[in-house]
Amino acid sequence: MQTLSFRHKAKRRLSGKKDQAIIGVVASGNLEVLLERVLPETACEVDIATPLNGYDETWKAVVAEFVERTSPGGLRISINDGGARPDTVYLRLMQGSALMEAE
Amino acid sequence: MEDAATSAQASWFQATARQRVAGLLDPDSFTEFLGPSERIQSPHLHLFDVPSAFDDGVVIGRGKLGGKDVLVAAQEGQFMGGTFAEVSGAKLVGLVRAARDHKSLPQTVLLLMDSGGVRLQEANAGELAVAELMRAIVEARCAGVAVIALVGGKAGAFGGAGLTTATCSRIVISGQGRTGVSGPEVIETNKGVEEFDSEDKALVWSTDGGKNRRLLGGADAFAEDSMEGFRAATKALMSKVPAFDLKTMQAEQERLAARQKRLGACDDAVSMWRILGIQEPETIRDMDAKKFIALANSIKEANHDAR
Repeated sequence: MQTLSFRHKAKRRLSGKKDQAIIGVVASGNLEVLLERVLPETACEVDIATPLNGYDETWKAVVAEFVERTSPGGLRISINDGGARPDTVYLRLMQGSALMEAE
Repeated sequence: MEDAATSAQASWFQATARQRVAGLLDPDSFTEFLGPSERIQSPHLHLFDVPSAFDDGVVIGRGKLGGKDVLVAAQEGQFMGGTFAEVSGAKLVGLVRAARDHKSLPQTVLLLMDSGGVRLQEANAGELAVAELMRAIVEARCAGVAVIALVGGKAGAFGGAGLTTATCSRIVISGQGRTGVSGPEVIETNKGVEEFDSEDKALVWSTDGGKNRRLLGGADAFAEDSMEGFRAATKALMSKVPAFDLKTMQAEQERLAARQKRLGACDDAVSMWRILGIQEPETIRDMDAKKFIALANSIKEANHDAR
């Protein structure tokens, strides 16, 4: 297992009032993403546990792209990975932030 | 929130545990116990370099079905085959024991089974959990709690999940649902391919599948593979759960002995269905849910009240 942790400063707080959401399942080629609104306005943390070692740069790029696109300020995002491809990771992150913005 | 995966017509088979809970219960009625943010995860899986899940693959809580209060547990069949393990098992056992001990809690427990059995990395804890859960279900039923199993997930309900299902007051199953103790691969490995060919999906489904279980009285209601299908079938069963007493047990024993005598010589499902009096048993496989439910309700074998 490898754990990775990324800290970002988002452009702004993610809109919406939902305080937490979970999307996806830990299964082959899939992952679960837990999003919690627990950080100050523009802070964003992403913590990843993955069974595949050595994809640090790929994770870093996907997370950076997601933060740039959605500005998930205030979120702590925790990921249990089941060996998902980068496009699946990105999709789940986008689904998760959409859930947090609902209502 | 509107979500295609939890809408009335969404497939139960394809859904995740969380989607099933959302689709089964009345909208926005669910409150989760020990939710994912509490991170009650497996303490063992990382030792095997295997990823954990924040809820260890079981969602538990309370909510309403058709306005009636229920406790609910759902196994996530996609996470490690929906396995029984230390944490996931304890969540199931705790929920059923809570119903047994506290009359102020809902006295109906819905178990959304989706599991191939015990998680091999935590086999001892998993086996214990199955035994404790079966005991808790029996004790809860003695205390007047209705425990209803819903089977229709990708992993089916085998091994400990099959035993748990069979211990419940009532069982709802869909056509895609399969249940038994030893799964097809296990039987083939132990008894040979001549005994049971696990690659022959038509054979597997006709034997372990929901339609056969329903016709033989091994399940009490057949559900269409949708959220609404399981909602309707479960609501109908909740109101008429048999008492759990000596009389019920004796009736169950008699029913099983009679079934063995009547069908014991058959070597496939179709020949059993013929003996049950079904005119064209070959048509069962492709029969739609509505027609099949009506047929099953007319078969005596399928409608014993023994369990």
